[in-house]
Amino acid sequence: MSTGEVVVHRSRPAIGLLLLLLAQVVGASGYLLTHLDIDGTLPRAWPYVLAVWFGVGIATHVVVRWKLPYSDPVLLPATFLLLGLGLAMIHRIDLIPEPARSDAQTQSLWAVLGIVAAIAVIFLVKDYRILGRFTYILFLSGLVLLLLPLSPLGIELNGSRIWIRVFGYSFQPAEVAKLVLSLAFAGYLADTKDVLAMAGPKVLGFTLPRARDLGPIAVMWVASMLVLIYQKDLGTSMLFFGLFVAMVFVATGRLSWVVIGGLLFAAGGWFAYQRFAYVGVRVSSWLNPFSNYDQNYQVIQGQFGFAYGGLLGRGWGLGRPGLTPLAKSDFITAAIGEELGVVGLMAVILVYGIIVARGLRTALSCTEPFGKLLAAGLSLVFALQVFAIIGGVTRLLPLTGLTTPFMSQGGSSMVANWLVIAIMLVVSNDARRPAVVHQDEGDVASLSADATQVINLRPSQVPRPEPRTASSPNLPDEHQPPAHAFLDDSDMEATAAFIPAEESSSSTMTHPVTDPDEPTQLFRFDQEEQ
Amino acid sequence: MNASIRRTAIVASVLFLALLVNVSVVQLWRQSSLSADDRNRRVLDAEFAQNRGAILAGDTQIATTTPIKDRFQYQRSYPQGSLYATVTGWYAYDFGRSGLESKYSTELAGTASSQTLDRLVDMFTGATPVGATIQTTINPKLQQVAAQQLAGKKGAVVALDPKTGAILAMVSTPTYDPNTLATHDLTAARAAWTALNADPTKPLSDRGTREIYPPGSTFKLVTAATALENGMAADTLINTPSQLTLPNSTSVLGNEGSACGNTQQTMDRALQLSCNTAFANLGAQLGAAKIQAQAEKFGFNTTPMTDVNAAKSQFPTKLDAAQTMLSSIGQYDVAASPLQMAMVVSAICNDGVLKTPYLVSEIRSADLKVLYRHGPDDKQALSSGSAQALQQMMVNVVQKGTGTAAQVSGVVVGGKTGTAQTDLTKNPYAWFVSFAKNPDIAIAVFIEDANVARTDIAGGALAGPIAKALIQASR
Repeated sequence: MSTGEVVVHRSRPAIGLLLLLLAQVVGASGYLLTHLDIDGTLPRAWPYVLAVWFGVGIATHVVVRWKLPYSDPVLLPATFLLLGLGLAMIHRIDLIPEPARSDAQTQSLWAVLGIVAAIAVIFLVKDYRILGRFTYILFLSGLVLLLLPLSPLGIELNGSRIWIRVFGYSFQPAEVAKLVLSLAFAGYLADTKDVLAMAGPKVLGFTLPRARDLGPIAVMWVASMLVLIYQKDLGTSMLFFGLFVAMVFVATGRLSWVVIGGLLFAAGGWFAYQRFAYVGVRVSSWLNPFSNYDQNYQVIQGQFGFAYGGLLGRGWGLGRPGLTPLAKSDFITAAIGEELGVVGLMAVILVYGIIVARGLRTALSCTEPFGKLLAAGLSLVFALQVFAIIGGVTRLLPLTGLTTPFMSQGGSSMVANWLVIAIMLVVSNDARRPAVVHQDEGDVASLSADATQVINLRPSQVPRPEPRTASSPNLPDEHQPPAHAFLDDSDMEATAAFIPAEESSSSTMTHPVTDPDEPTQLFRFDQEEQ
Repeated sequence: MNASIRRTAIVASVLFLALLVNVSVVQLWRQSSLSADDRNRRVLDAEFAQNRGAILAGDTQIATTTPIKDRFQYQRSYPQGSLYATVTGWYAYDFGRSGLESKYSTELAGTASSQTLDRLVDMFTGATPVGATIQTTINPKLQQVAAQQLAGKKGAVVALDPKTGAILAMVSTPTYDPNTLATHDLTAARAAWTALNADPTKPLSDRGTREIYPPGSTFKLVTAATALENGMAADTLINTPSQLTLPNSTSVLGNEGSACGNTQQTMDRALQLSCNTAFANLGAQLGAAKIQAQAEKFGFNTTPMTDVNAAKSQFPTKLDAAQTMLSSIGQYDVAASPLQMAMVVSAICNDGVLKTPYLVSEIRSADLKVLYRHGPDDKQALSSGSAQALQQMMVNVVQKGTGTAAQVSGVVVGGKTGTAQTDLTKNPYAWFVSFAKNPDIAIAVFIEDANVARTDIAGGALAGPIAKALIQASR
């Protein structure tokens, strides 16, 4: 008799906790080393500070493990790593003026608020797919948030109008808009992806979308151009338009959307460059900052900081990050580069990369389109944001006013990014939950060295799919495949392999596949690639 | 959808890769130029907080660094105050640096490329990097005597060892105390800086090497050297009228006093008496090109490749007959630093071989490893025969000419006086250039504001005793 194969993600709470503690040690060391390097001694409060720090981390971990036992175990440690580095660096810069400031404490409160908000989401959102039902409300409120700084509430800071001020608090609505619009796009595209994927006219070998489907992209383009022209922020504009185009591409698999989006954005950018002086200033301070020392003081100081830090950095408390304006917020990566060196900055970039990678992996393993689109969208917007701000600070791109997630000083960004992580955790919990629960737990074979398990399915429980995987295209009956066939990277193929063909029943699954055309779509791509 | 998610994942990887590559680019390609940028306060401050190496004259520390409890941790100090200011220069937070502090700043700070290995070792052993020590050629005794002799006057003394080119003394007065600029009390430093710059006597300028003045009659040595190199001899007779009307001009050139007569003089005698008309005629006879060529062999019209940032002394080009005559006696647009005139004497004293002057003999790292040692560098400025003839002529100047004030009993001393004036409303410049044998020394004494009569004898009387004191001190 044939056996079906399915890969099940193990929740591995112990490894998750170990990773979390390791990640928290990084931030804690930053705090301790800062004081050792600057004062030569530890502050009296250090045991309490560390107790609270680790306490909050462990508490968060426990809640997440309890409510979302299958959620991705790497997301939380990666987030706490960045959070710790950010708080330690803000604290380190706090110590420069006499008397020292206490921005790190305020920022810690925001972090706690963000964590509480994230936990609230975890508790309240039993099934994240509910979030996909308010597509148009979310879309409208996202656009309103995005364009809110253009209202009288908006204030211009550092040349960009991407902030609003309410009751004395400034707030970057784009941070929340990022989340709201990701939800809206995911909901919209989950419903319309098949329509959007329909072929329209063919031009120069490119199959264009049908003209009637171009409405939403036109709306987003106009919104992005408004942001570019009136909020004067290339990063925010690129972030949202890029998010939309990337999600349409994910939904439809059609490159023509990316080409159209790219051309539209390039045209808008070129128009703005020709028409608005500020764009030229941004471009010149990006390409030739030293041509105007006073105007580009911040970028130049950031560059001096990187050069001063060198490969290994000056060490906590031993650099001069205070010389760079806004070192706690926009330029916190410059401070990291100065004190932790290129090595430290690269590590930070890689940790952001890990968060993006885990988010995309969640998107891959999620079995229904809304979750796929949502996880992919949140990961991509996160990637674009990190790219825009770190790229701006390191002079890869023109500088933008975006925040550095979890690191830079600022409450709206902190809370919004915790919400992003919360949703990623919720989706990953669903995506990684074992799709089949076998009656006899004893049959669950464990691959001890890996995060996945192979479950042998008895024929009675298996809806007899054709086992079509890349690694074992035609499994003979009764044959147990080698355990390494579904290791790690190939777990997606394994999941796909499990998904039954259309005619099969999926009754034994606790979490039914809601996307019946998924396997056929997959194979369509396989054929393309061959 | 998974295929398109994978493709976006590739795009995301490319974005992150671009960030990583770009960060490496900042580090690898831009770091050195960013660190060298003089607006980079991080680097300036870090350097200011370094344990800078000492500068030595003989065994005397003329610049040193002492620990101090403030944000820079180390205080640069100059134990002898103003005595060595022209040698060390200053090292100030807001006003940069000068002299050796500037020329060898990276070595003193320990950041020169020759010290890379030491820095690496320090990094791993946790030791505080210490800068290199600079050994100068300055003879503390001569420096002191020169400073004493110039006290209260505006002028400069440069003394060279003709056999090596070593700068034995280098004094410019009035001068300044570099401690007042190096202080970490930045307000006081700024006040000192403002006062020094406002001072009409220009204490910050180095008259010995960085300023050029008309050399006056001391330049007759160069004209005489040109004549000797072109087949004339010490006893060649030269027309020496009491007055000479310059060609195509109504200007009349005269001699000082009546000793030069109104007929002819030998070149030897004309040098002893510093007869203007004789050397003007000699210059006209030789032609501007030959004098220029000889002047350039002595170092005129080139920036001296010394460790002091010396100014370029100049002998003008494209001269007409009258200008040639005036230039032959060190007037018109001829201008020389005291260092340049000391080089002329040094080459004459060293039988025609001009040793390039140098101030730093050795640079040693903190562990006494030699990072740099001066190597000999010389060129033939004139033939040894001409040089020896000129030596005798200069000895005669001191024995029976205008330079008797520099006589030292039992020592062969040669010299040449000079007074020069460019502005009739100002006091003339007084010069005395001289050499002594065994041990050899070449000295240029320059007094900028000599409040005496405009005669060579007066100049010799003023500047000669300073040279004499130095020669006696060098015994």
